[in-house]
Amino acid sequence: MSSAETILDDLLNKASNGNMRAIGRILSYLENPYTMPEDLLEKLAKRAGNAQIIGITGIPGSGKSTLISKLITSLRKRGYKVAVIAIDPSSPISGGALLGDRLRMQEHATDPGVFIRSVSSKGLKGGLSLAALAMIEAFDALGYDKIIIETVGVGQSEVDIMSAADTIVVVTMPGAGDDIQALKAGVMEIGNIYVLNKIDKEEANKTYEYLSFALEKGDLGGNDSNWQPRLIKTSAIMGKGIEELVEAIEDHFIFIKKSNKIQEKIVSRRTLMINLLAEQFLSEGLKLASKEMYDELKSAAINANDIFNTSLRLAKKAVDFLPQNKKD
Amino acid sequence: MGCAMGNLYDKNSLKEIKGSLEKWQNDILPKWLQQVPEREKEFTNLSNIQIKNLYTPLDIEDFDYNTKLGFPGTYPFTRGIHATMYRARLWTMRMFSGFGGPEETNNRLKFLIEHGETGLSLAFDYPTLIGIDPDDPMAEGEVGIVGVSVPSIEDMRIVFDGINMGEVTTNMTINPPAPVLLSFYVGVAEMQGVPYNKIGGTTQNDPLKEFIAQKSYVFPPEPAVRVSMDLIEWSVKNLPKWNPISVSGYHIREAGSTAVQELAFTIADGIEYVRQLISRGLDVDEFAPRISFFWDSHINFFEEIAKFRAARRMWAKIMKEWFHAKKERSMWMRFHTQTAGVSLTAQQPWNNIIRTAIEAMAAVLGGTQSLHTNSFDEPFRVPSEFAAKIALRTQQIIAYESGIADTIDPLAGSYYVEWLTDQIEEQAWKYIDKIEKLGGMLEAVKKGFPQREVTEASYNYQKQVDEKKKYIVGVNIFEENEVDEIRNVPLLEFDQAEIEKRQKARISKIKSERNKELWERSLNELRKAAEGDVNLMPYILQAAKAKATLGEIMNTLKEVFGSYVEPPIY
Amino acid sequence: MLSPQFTKSEQFKVLVAKLGIDGHDRGAKVIARALKDAGFEVIYTGIRQTPQQIVSSALQEDVDVIGVSILSGAHIHHMKVLMEELKNAGASDIPVVIGGTIPLIDVDELKKIGVREVFLPGESLKRIVEIIRKLAEEKRRLESRG
Repeated sequence: MSSAETILDDLLNKASNGNMRAIGRILSYLENPYTMPEDLLEKLAKRAGNAQIIGITGIPGSGKSTLISKLITSLRKRGYKVAVIAIDPSSPISGGALLGDRLRMQEHATDPGVFIRSVSSKGLKGGLSLAALAMIEAFDALGYDKIIIETVGVGQSEVDIMSAADTIVVVTMPGAGDDIQALKAGVMEIGNIYVLNKIDKEEANKTYEYLSFALEKGDLGGNDSNWQPRLIKTSAIMGKGIEELVEAIEDHFIFIKKSNKIQEKIVSRRTLMINLLAEQFLSEGLKLASKEMYDELKSAAINANDIFNTSLRLAKKAVDFLPQNKKD
Repeated sequence: MGCAMGNLYDKNSLKEIKGSLEKWQNDILPKWLQQVPEREKEFTNLSNIQIKNLYTPLDIEDFDYNTKLGFPGTYPFTRGIHATMYRARLWTMRMFSGFGGPEETNNRLKFLIEHGETGLSLAFDYPTLIGIDPDDPMAEGEVGIVGVSVPSIEDMRIVFDGINMGEVTTNMTINPPAPVLLSFYVGVAEMQGVPYNKIGGTTQNDPLKEFIAQKSYVFPPEPAVRVSMDLIEWSVKNLPKWNPISVSGYHIREAGSTAVQELAFTIADGIEYVRQLISRGLDVDEFAPRISFFWDSHINFFEEIAKFRAARRMWAKIMKEWFHAKKERSMWMRFHTQTAGVSLTAQQPWNNIIRTAIEAMAAVLGGTQSLHTNSFDEPFRVPSEFAAKIALRTQQIIAYESGIADTIDPLAGSYYVEWLTDQIEEQAWKYIDKIEKLGGMLEAVKKGFPQREVTEASYNYQKQVDEKKKYIVGVNIFEENEVDEIRNVPLLEFDQAEIEKRQKARISKIKSERNKELWERSLNELRKAAEGDVNLMPYILQAAKAKATLGEIMNTLKEVFGSYVEPPIY
Repeated sequence: MLSPQFTKSEQFKVLVAKLGIDGHDRGAKVIARALKDAGFEVIYTGIRQTPQQIVSSALQEDVDVIGVSILSGAHIHHMKVLMEELKNAGASDIPVVIGGTIPLIDVDELKKIGVREVFLPGESLKRIVEIIRKLAEEKRRLESRG
């Protein structure tokens, strides 16, 4: 056993015993797949496969964070360990990132049965989806029963992340759902559970009717004909409707377990992860290869010559720079 | 004649002035500039308004004296709300202070009363300010530091032990728990046999600025406003001598807003409250005279003076034209001012005495009704007695030595000051228009609009300081290594842990000795009332008398209203 | 527990929080913005944070530096608890800095209990960012040595 391996096992042991720092560190490694310990993902995945992955999405201002905070309280009361992956969509061109999603969940910060991690696209080598998928494996392996992924539901990587969830919860608010076209954008149309939050607002009834009509007609809701998408009214700030939402989340988990879809979900998640990881390896390899072949590339570009073959040679060269080949 | 109405200048003289100004600009000034160029590329004040090299009648050419200024005590009150101003009565030198437990504060109040003070001012500690009891885990280490701890009617009784509450007025700087503290106060006054019509004082009770700046919010915006309006409505009907609200720009400014934002957001807060109260069926002239304001006086001297003058003019106009107030008192913007805590520096702290003096002068020249001057040691801690005394003396020097208070609104008619007053007013109106379009301040706050504006402004200002576009002596210009000098600043010392222990012990004693049945019933009735839409004051007063603690009353309301956690706004 | 060949994201992570129960968040927000503009990833947890919340958030987010702001005067009490919690979590290597209204005599005390830097009113953003960067670099260097 190499010392690296001992260190990794030690870290995993600590993490399994609930050591927050060890868990936090494992998640950090997963943010940088190009240099992550090579057997980390497999060690995690081997232990995983029990958690329910709950994707929660909704437009900014719909009260997702507050809703999730209340959801955590209720899930904890039922004895579940809960992990939250809070994905920040902002990726300005320059500078760093300012992440404040956990601000509204801080009441759970000191609960040893809750782990909240913020993820931004900044500084992530493999993109948001890869990091999120890897973190799902980690939390699942480390004994978290409910893994909540929070996104704003725009952009391709967020669609990927949501599609990977077992249960998709779409949060909307009065006034926001009156235009179904807006809801149909992105992942909004593939929800298993729809939440109308902020029901104390005036237009709530109208929006509720609009949404139920869209659900009945099949304009909204996933494409599984055996699951009738639920529509739940909540007021996160007042804690109203939370129990009903948790029931729906539980029911959906029972439903996919009964219909033997759980394994399918896990496999498709991992397939996506493997693909994204490979993509990441290739793209990093490509960067290094093009550095090495700089003169050749430049000459092809200047002389407008041999473009197809140069590209092919570059692609082949990239393979030399894949992580496992670095050891040579 | 060009000066029909009250125009200051006729067309002919303006034309002449224009001619001579152009001559000066073309023939005289360039020669000077060639030899001595200006110090900066541009001069701006704290609201980023560009300041010209010179102001002349041309900058206020349409200036109509009667509509813009009027006379002291007459609409639009630009020159002051009273006809006599400081020639008759100086502003009130109200020094807000306090620390420790009720016993320490009782001693302090008695000391002040012996020395002739009748206007008392209570500063509360952070647990009281956010409505939690001393035995709440969040209160650990915080009890009694920045003010007095008053978590029950019994604590309030001790604060006023031996003080006739019918003979003093008390200013309470308190917001979300204001109805509870007022109930403690009224409850103790009742015990003393003081009738309601003799209970006088002020509660700050301004919920919206908590979300914009001060951040001692408890409930979400809507219930927060409801509770605050309940206090106002109840005291308008029951306590004829109580000033139920002090609409505060101070905290907005301290959170980093510009002068224009402070002015605009605070007036917009005021507009929201007036609307809320009118929608409850109150007559505007019934409550408007009881609304007062609270401003910051910052370091840019003329900008602040202009702000105060613009504020009076705007509020008078709003009350008269928007809300059709008939009483002149309803149109008065009465205000308290505090010098800018945020302008003080830890570096070369003695310099803070001078900053405070300049800011205090601006407040007086701006016509404030009362003034608190900060102490130079506040970047470090709650003021020592020595530092607080210098701060008070600063006001007395302005009042008695400087001659500043000898005539009313002495800067009126200054081309610069009148131009700046107009500029600040104009820019503030733009903000108010925007807030109106968002549906008023309550909606704007819920949308995070003023929060974002203030955050942005504070960051921009800090960057300007870092880039030396704005100077702070001792911080980014004329810095020196003066560690020892700072070490010599004498600080207030007291045994916080001891006070916390005592406060915890008292609260547990109260809880064990009170009548359980009465206590429980009062909280249940309060909860039910909160679920409906009746005025909560009588229920809170009843709970206070049944010895429910501050934390218990606030928690009961939180169960119904929820607790506010702010959205991330940077 | 760390190995040289595993690396984290290259971006430095800083937790910015308001310790204690005062609501003066101007300084904390300005610093958060300045750090972000300087390329840091900033986790902002807002006002009314307990020492326990700050420490566990720092662990969960695996930050390089903890920055707290406090203007309530209760800094000694809270910081003692915070540093103790950090030690109990085996995370004393995470550098902690603090800003706020703090008497100089307390600055000495804070440094004695392990706070790396104390920023007083009037401190320049540039210097704060520089110091935090230096502390983050130092921590990463120590980590990579194992």
